Amino acid sequence: MSNIVFPAETLELVKKIIARYPDGKQKSALLPILHLAQAEWKWCSSEVMDYVATLLSISPIEVYEVASFYTMFHLEPVGEHVIEYCRTGPCCLMGGVEVYDHLKKRLGIQTGETTKDGKFTIKEVECLAACGWGPVFQIREKYYMHLTNAKVDEIIDELSK
Amino acid sequence: MKILTQHIDVPGIETIDVFMKNGGYKAVEKAIKTMTPDEITEEVKKSGLRGRGGAGFPVGMKWSFLAKPEGVPRYLVCNADESEPGTFKDHYLMWKSPHTLIEGMIVSSFALGANTSYIYVRGELMYVINILEKAIQEAYDKGLLGKNILGSGYDLDLFVQPGGGAYICGEETALLESLEGKRGNPRNKPPFPAVKGLWQSPTVVNNVESIAATSWIVNNGGDAYAAIGVGRSTGTKLISASGHIKKPGVYEIPLGITVEEFIYSDEYCGGIRDGHKLKAVVAGGSSVPILSAENILTTDAGEKRLMTYESLSEGGFATGTMLGSGGFIVMDETTCIVHNTLTFARFYHHESCGQCSPCREGTGWMDKVIKRIETGKGRMEDIDLLVDVAKKIEGNTICPLGDAAAWPVAAAIRHFRDEFEWHITHPEEATKPGAVYMRPGASWSN
Repeated sequence: MSNIVFPAETLELVKKIIARYPDGKQKSALLPILHLAQAEWKWCSSEVMDYVATLLSISPIEVYEVASFYTMFHLEPVGEHVIEYCRTGPCCLMGGVEVYDHLKKRLGIQTGETTKDGKFTIKEVECLAACGWGPVFQIREKYYMHLTNAKVDEIIDELSK
Repeated sequence: MKILTQHIDVPGIETIDVFMKNGGYKAVEKAIKTMTPDEITEEVKKSGLRGRGGAGFPVGMKWSFLAKPEGVPRYLVCNADESEPGTFKDHYLMWKSPHTLIEGMIVSSFALGANTSYIYVRGELMYVINILEKAIQEAYDKGLLGKNILGSGYDLDLFVQPGGGAYICGEETALLESLEGKRGNPRNKPPFPAVKGLWQSPTVVNNVESIAATSWIVNNGGDAYAAIGVGRSTGTKLISASGHIKKPGVYEIPLGITVEEFIYSDEYCGGIRDGHKLKAVVAGGSSVPILSAENILTTDAGEKRLMTYESLSEGGFATGTMLGSGGFIVMDETTCIVHNTLTFARFYHHESCGQCSPCREGTGWMDKVIKRIETGKGRMEDIDLLVDVAKKIEGNTICPLGDAAAWPVAAAIRHFRDEFEWHITHPEEATKPGAVYMRPGASWSN
């Protein structure tokens, strides 16, 4: 647990984020800091969430209840690349189901699973606000749009290197 | 007529220098140096601008409800949590032209007397958040944000807040809860945010597109804005076009063009993809009622339907729908309405915050029952069961997510009941990959 500490420059950023809100309202920094924590440690373990609680001087339960409410926070270990594909109507109209089936076949895993080498996790998510550019998935901050089976193969090849 | 996207394709428009060369930030100068906050509000009222997030509530009126007790801070919060399936216009605008929003934020914050404002962006759009933060820094460097803006004595700090992936946070009180670092559970109203909003202070929450439009209104006057459009649907609207059209994308339209023109003209969607026919449209984001090709193009009275708040809702829910967020989803004859409705029902089931029983339980029931029909295990009484569940959710929840979940299911059954029945009477055929019911005699049927 003791090794859960942000690097110095991230701690500076945390201070800056807390300063965006009035005195005593530092809890507002919870979502931004959870994002930083997940970027640092890949997922929000209870140790990570406890650490975030101490940074904001709030109780751990206040972090757990928030992290478990929002889809973006992983409460279990994930692979190096988390592929989050949009399963909602407009992406399905554009052939999303077939493309996502291909993705699962290619990686040999189902939604919610991680490849044995720990490289990829697939998650299904709801609308990513990119409906005109579907089918779409997201890996970290990057959107991959107009997906086809061939494009999926290219992306996986690139990330497997 | 383009107001928000006039310069969106100019190379480098995301940088402040190019943006200013194209007339950007003139509204800030005009507003802060030559107008009072009340005069700006008056112009916004005159413009007839209505909330572009989906509800369509007049922006100027919302502003005028803002409580202004002495010594209490007021806040402007921009709702950029765009999550309604079919809607991606705010994503597009912020990504391509972040300063268009920032300029509107400064003008609007000044009008409301806010000295700190936030843009709440859905967390998935972290790359857009980075674009916005870079643009905000440019605005600080030019003295357009921070202390004593343009020497006027007016101070404004502007911050971007990421969400965490929750559709419900697009509901304004849930958004405020989220901005306070909590779960996105909508609040009971009253009190409304205008009286007790962010940290219990008076707050206005407006959509990206609404706020962005205020700069043009300041520059050109409310009357000029109101001169665009038809009746109470004034100005321009960003429409997110997706689905089976030749040219999916975001289009800025003057309100009042016909639906037919929007779908078929080369200026907009360019028509249905080659060799296919229009079957159905969801005109305003997943929550508004789906309509068949006939109903979306023509009203009961036999008139061409217009892209306006009023015309789209003509006929009520029997034959009409809503403009909503402008998430325009087009479906051709290859679309299985039951499957599409299932994705929407699953969406609302996933996104219900769980606070109100009718929505928490009802969305789960609808998801399960439609899935049963879609996978060939449905019973004929399931159809009326769905209608019944939808009715019992509608109007019985704290926030509009309940209605948003109920309407698409009820409307799909209202207009495509035969397709649900076919799934139940022909389970083997209906569960074959790509199988779609063809209504005898329908304009889209083979």
